[in-house]
Amino acid sequence: MLELVTVSLLNGVVYGLLLFMLSSGLTLIFSMMGVLNFAHASVFMVGAYLAYQFSRWVGFWPALAIAPLACGLAGAAIERFGLRRVHAHGHVAEILFTFGLAYVIEELVTMAWGRNAVSNNVPAAVDFPLFTVFGSTFPAYKGLMMAISVAMFAFLFVALKKTRIGLVIQAALTHPRMVSALGHDVPGVFVLVFAVGSALAGLAGVIGGFMLLTQPTLAHAIGPIVFVVVVVGGLGSLSGALIASMLIGILQTFAVAVDYSLLDALRAGGVVVARGSPWHELLGVKLATAAPIVPYLLLVLMLIVRPRGLLGTRDA
Amino acid sequence: MSGCTRAVAGGSLSLCIAAALVAGPAVADVKVAFIDPLSGGAASTGILAQKTHQFYIDAINAAGGLNGEKLELLSYDNKVNPQESLIQLKRALDEGARYVVQGNGSGVALALTDAVQKHNERNPGKEVLFLNYAAVDPALTNEKCTFWHFRFDADADMKMAAMTDVIARDKKIQKVYLINQDYSFGKAVAAAAGKMLAEKRPDIKVVGDELHPLQKVNDFSPYVAKIKAAGADTVITGNWSNDMVLLIKAGKDAGLKVEWDTYYGGSPGAVTAIGEAGVDTLKQVSEWHRNATPELDASVAAFAKRFPGKENEYAYWRAKTMWEMFAAAAKKAQSNDPVKVARALEGMKMATPLGEVEMRADNHQILQPLYVSTLAKGVKYDSEDTGLGWKTDAKVDGKATALPTTCKMDRPK
Repeated sequence: MLELVTVSLLNGVVYGLLLFMLSSGLTLIFSMMGVLNFAHASVFMVGAYLAYQFSRWVGFWPALAIAPLACGLAGAAIERFGLRRVHAHGHVAEILFTFGLAYVIEELVTMAWGRNAVSNNVPAAVDFPLFTVFGSTFPAYKGLMMAISVAMFAFLFVALKKTRIGLVIQAALTHPRMVSALGHDVPGVFVLVFAVGSALAGLAGVIGGFMLLTQPTLAHAIGPIVFVVVVVGGLGSLSGALIASMLIGILQTFAVAVDYSLLDALRAGGVVVARGSPWHELLGVKLATAAPIVPYLLLVLMLIVRPRGLLGTRDA
Repeated sequence: MSGCTRAVAGGSLSLCIAAALVAGPAVADVKVAFIDPLSGGAASTGILAQKTHQFYIDAINAAGGLNGEKLELLSYDNKVNPQESLIQLKRALDEGARYVVQGNGSGVALALTDAVQKHNERNPGKEVLFLNYAAVDPALTNEKCTFWHFRFDADADMKMAAMTDVIARDKKIQKVYLINQDYSFGKAVAAAAGKMLAEKRPDIKVVGDELHPLQKVNDFSPYVAKIKAAGADTVITGNWSNDMVLLIKAGKDAGLKVEWDTYYGGSPGAVTAIGEAGVDTLKQVSEWHRNATPELDASVAAFAKRFPGKENEYAYWRAKTMWEMFAAAAKKAQSNDPVKVARALEGMKMATPLGEVEMRADNHQILQPLYVSTLAKGVKYDSEDTGLGWKTDAKVDGKATALPTTCKMDRPK
């Protein structure tokens, strides 16, 4: 029991930090800047593919720097030449633009690397067991992922709260005209934020690419969950996103470990549902089987009970 | 041109000539509709199958066609969705298809058998035949069987029977964990495993019976932690595609030491994902593997030459069996009419390089040799350029794979 709890807790923290890493760029773009970017997961996927390609050409460590840079540049271009034009027409135009962009990126990736997963293996430099807990090894690349995730949090926290540019970014979201009147280059700030957000997505892609499967459906696989993290955490809150990631990661991991259903809970409470009853099958679903809907359940509950999320500063 | 022959017999020669002029010389005579995923998550499997079917159809055409008529493969993307498949079937029928080929997803196959049955009842003289090369839910050749459906892959129960025979002989196996995808096929695998293990090795304990959502899990570490906590020495799984690769990857990362008894351990990417850790521990049950015969079959080599690259690694031996048997049936029937070809297929036997295959007449399930194989080093033909490849543990002859059936089908008069 202690073994399962310890290992599950560890897995939960790992998964939580993975979720934070995936959603950190979106926190900046959606949560801080207010742009509903459906193409965020696609940029992440591009990061994964670029990392795969550059790893083959120049090795893993250079790729770890090149892929995020390339994604950042691409992000800047998307903002400067695409989003800026549609931004004036409000959120619907933004959504449609980024939604279409996600499809374009998926097709481009398919054309370049094919429909099958590329063999993006764990780089040899981080492919060894870091330590052992109860006989289960803990791979070094997960340690690297955790370190990067924590570093991302620290970087964003300091950049947003402790620097001048961070203040301008936050002000530009709520009072763009005023900030502009004070002599700040608001469109420039938006390009910068979008570029940094995309670079973070690219960096997440380098690590996420070999932790998950590098294939054209990668963006679809993680697209919904990153929005859940940002909304549950609360718009405008970096700490909220971190807490939401950890909460989802740990809840989902523990849910998998629980082999009990609502039926068992009712039975323990003295209520017996007849075998032939239509409720029997529904209530009999084990929590472990239902684990992957936990984040979405959390999202719905959050929107009903507290629409601004855990630490949000404005309503979703 | 069978339509034309009939038209000539009916006296409307001019109509026939007009049709021939409009259609042009390049138009094929026998249209085969391939309805499978060509986009989305399962597209890689669908596209590889499409290439394989095209390859064998080209071979039939090169050898003079089907009773002198050419076969043409028309492809329809169903996104592994039963509703979408029915729309695509309608399109295929409108375009004149008489044969339907599908494999990915038993849910789709069940929808198609039903639709084909209804179409054939309502359109006598325009029947279509459904050739299933990979959907393995046992229901298709039992309670849901129809005269119009022929399956060229062993069903989930037959594969499990072969696998549990090998497990029964291995006294080291004591605790088995079942992990499967939460839909009809995954449940069928879990049920078959539980039942057959209880019969063949009552001393084996099933320490876990897990169902997880289909193709939705990104990280299998929590499941691996559970398998480990349960103390399992063997994991049985019917997982395919991403679910297979990610499960095995998570197991390797956590240093899980179990035997993997799988249906699709040969899925693209799985061997690469597990690598050396899979040597002697990763097993699969299949109708063929690269080292099943001492030398690669000529058609496998020719396929690799026409479609080079790792993503095109040959995987559908059963497609070869299917098309060769289909051509033989048409020849025997001396007709390309689906009803006559179906009658010829019933009970048909054919020799293959791996042994004799037979299409059962009572439920239209093929009996073909099955192999249980293990990933090994130093084999002649490796998989995915890993230096690792499959080595046969046990071969079950076609006849021995037969299981009782509950099928009662209505045959056309």
